[in-house]
Amino acid sequence: MVPLLPDTVAEVSKGLADHEYLADEGLATSIFLALRLQRPLLLEGEAGVGKTEVAKVLSRWTGGELVRLQCYEGIDASQAVYEWDYSRQLLHLRAVEASHERVDEDELYSERFLVKRPLLRALAHDGAVPPVLLIDEIDRADDEFEAFLLEILSDWSISVPELGVVRADVPPVVVLTSNRTRDVHDALKRRCLYHWIAHPDFERELAIVRLRAPQVPELLARDVAAAAEALRGLELYKPPGVAETIDWAEALSTLGRARLDETAVDATLGTILKYREDQERVRAHGLGDLVRSAVARGA
Amino acid sequence: MPETTTEPVSETAPERIAVAFARVLRGAGLEVPVGATLTFTRALGCVGLASRSGVYWTGRATMLNRPEDIAVFDRAFAVFWDRREAGADEIELPPEEVVVALDVPGADDPVGPDDEVGVDAPVVTLRWSPTEILRHRDFALYTPDEFVEARRLMSDLRLVGAARPSRRRKRSQARRGAPDLRRTVRRSMRAGGEPVERAFLTTGERTRRLVLLLDVSGSMEPYARAFVRFLHAAVVSRSRVEAFALGTRLTRVTRDLASRDPDAAVHAAARRVTDWSGGTRLGEGVRRFNDEWGIRGLARGAVVVIFSDGWDRGEPEVLAEQMARLQRVAYRIVWVNPLKASPGYAPLARGMAAALPYVDEFVEGHSLAALEQLARVISE
Repeated sequence: MVPLLPDTVAEVSKGLADHEYLADEGLATSIFLALRLQRPLLLEGEAGVGKTEVAKVLSRWTGGELVRLQCYEGIDASQAVYEWDYSRQLLHLRAVEASHERVDEDELYSERFLVKRPLLRALAHDGAVPPVLLIDEIDRADDEFEAFLLEILSDWSISVPELGVVRADVPPVVVLTSNRTRDVHDALKRRCLYHWIAHPDFERELAIVRLRAPQVPELLARDVAAAAEALRGLELYKPPGVAETIDWAEALSTLGRARLDETAVDATLGTILKYREDQERVRAHGLGDLVRSAVARGA
Repeated sequence: MPETTTEPVSETAPERIAVAFARVLRGAGLEVPVGATLTFTRALGCVGLASRSGVYWTGRATMLNRPEDIAVFDRAFAVFWDRREAGADEIELPPEEVVVALDVPGADDPVGPDDEVGVDAPVVTLRWSPTEILRHRDFALYTPDEFVEARRLMSDLRLVGAARPSRRRKRSQARRGAPDLRRTVRRSMRAGGEPVERAFLTTGERTRRLVLLLDVSGSMEPYARAFVRFLHAAVVSRSRVEAFALGTRLTRVTRDLASRDPDAAVHAAARRVTDWSGGTRLGEGVRRFNDEWGIRGLARGAVVVIFSDGWDRGEPEVLAEQMARLQRVAYRIVWVNPLKASPGYAPLARGMAAALPYVDEFVEGHSLAALEQLARVISE
């Protein structure tokens, strides 16, 4: 059992970069601390800044299995922790009855009939490396579930009444994400380290585009990163995230462009702006201006 | 791990730094639980004290948990670090302000501390004093004495939100619906493995979120003090309520209003809202609400109540556009305009006229009786 214990923040930055994720110092520090202090990391930020991606890259880097729990309203223990395989249990009961044996309850509620859901899988792992547990969009679950989660994240154990307590030898690396559709409860926040992921600056965004979409010509990538930065200054309803910037660069390069130009922007605006009002606002602002200033900034 | 070898910081232990910085943050108005200070201390032990940005980001990861607080944190950190660099041995500690949330069920709280009672109770539980006249009196015409009496009445107000089907399933007594296999298997043990007695699940109901937006501009002054009591009653009487003040800026006051003591709560909210009785830019305020809270989820499927007289110094087109956005995500929009009660009122204020097409219910709310009516509208 070797949990990953990096020695410096720089080691984290490098490890993530080797697996195609460019984190700034703030995020790298939070991840470093989450690993060293074995605490869950709560990530918030605008959509498309790469919150979920953090868990995925951590899994690639540490080599721990990625266990993902997507939250939604009404999620409860049977979907998050464990469930019994009822159809197999019923079949088993029938089989036992057919052979005129006695029904043994302990056998029915043994590990054989247990369906492990993400939280139990993350705690009951027996590999060499602890898994990376991604609890995605925690704000979509209801308060009751949050309280329940708090217990697990504090003790790293779950009690299954029929089987006993399952405790993790080495706690999993836990990443929670939230879109802030409601406040995550204070008690849960206290348990977690916290990082707000902001939009990247020009240089970092350019580096991300180059890394994630290597087929995009460098000049085009520069133009696109500069244009994305400019778009974020236009008070849009949904400013483009890094995910959209990458999509946009890929779209333009698929169309065979080597630089940004007005016609191409007009044709591909839907890949970066997903609201009609935002597209109108940018068109009113002037696509020509946007292209010219982006080309000048990118140069 | 970088050892603390750099000269100016070597003699200061992480604990002292953590505790001192926690006090600076508290002095700046942030909530810093003791646990966070301990985590910060341990974290500093891992990161080291050598670099400013290292300590900064360590503080961000451990002491902060809302993006709204980043600006305050940055200022506090700059002050803290610069003084330390300057060699000030003992950091001057700003006076610590202790805010005690009162949670004492008293005589003015007839339902008791259990919120759930309010949620499950039938539509509206209102306990009015026999002073019928007061109920219909316009808030703007209240004498101070009457206002005290009205405040008492208002704290008795209990709100129930409109219900919607929940995704959470629960046990059902009925013999139809989705099968409850867990219970069915348990019961079949008794019948030697034969699922004779089957069990079922049904979907429950939950209340919709209630979002209250209170216009605190100058023209609303006579009513705002009454409405803020209504907001408080709503926030404490049930879960899933959010309250905001709209003036020249948007301020979230849910947490400030959460104290059970109405006076303490209103006082806390008043301190938070820095633009009482200022100008209004309603459209801009609703835009901020949509951008920062509403569209991303807070207003989705919610009942949104706006308390405003509709006077807007901004462009009416802005308000119309933002109301349209809000209407596309909200379940219902209720507009409470105390001026509506005046004889011969027509929605001529430009903002009101612009907003009205997107409003589902347009109510008065100028008196206790009208607020009672509002509570009923909200629960529909």
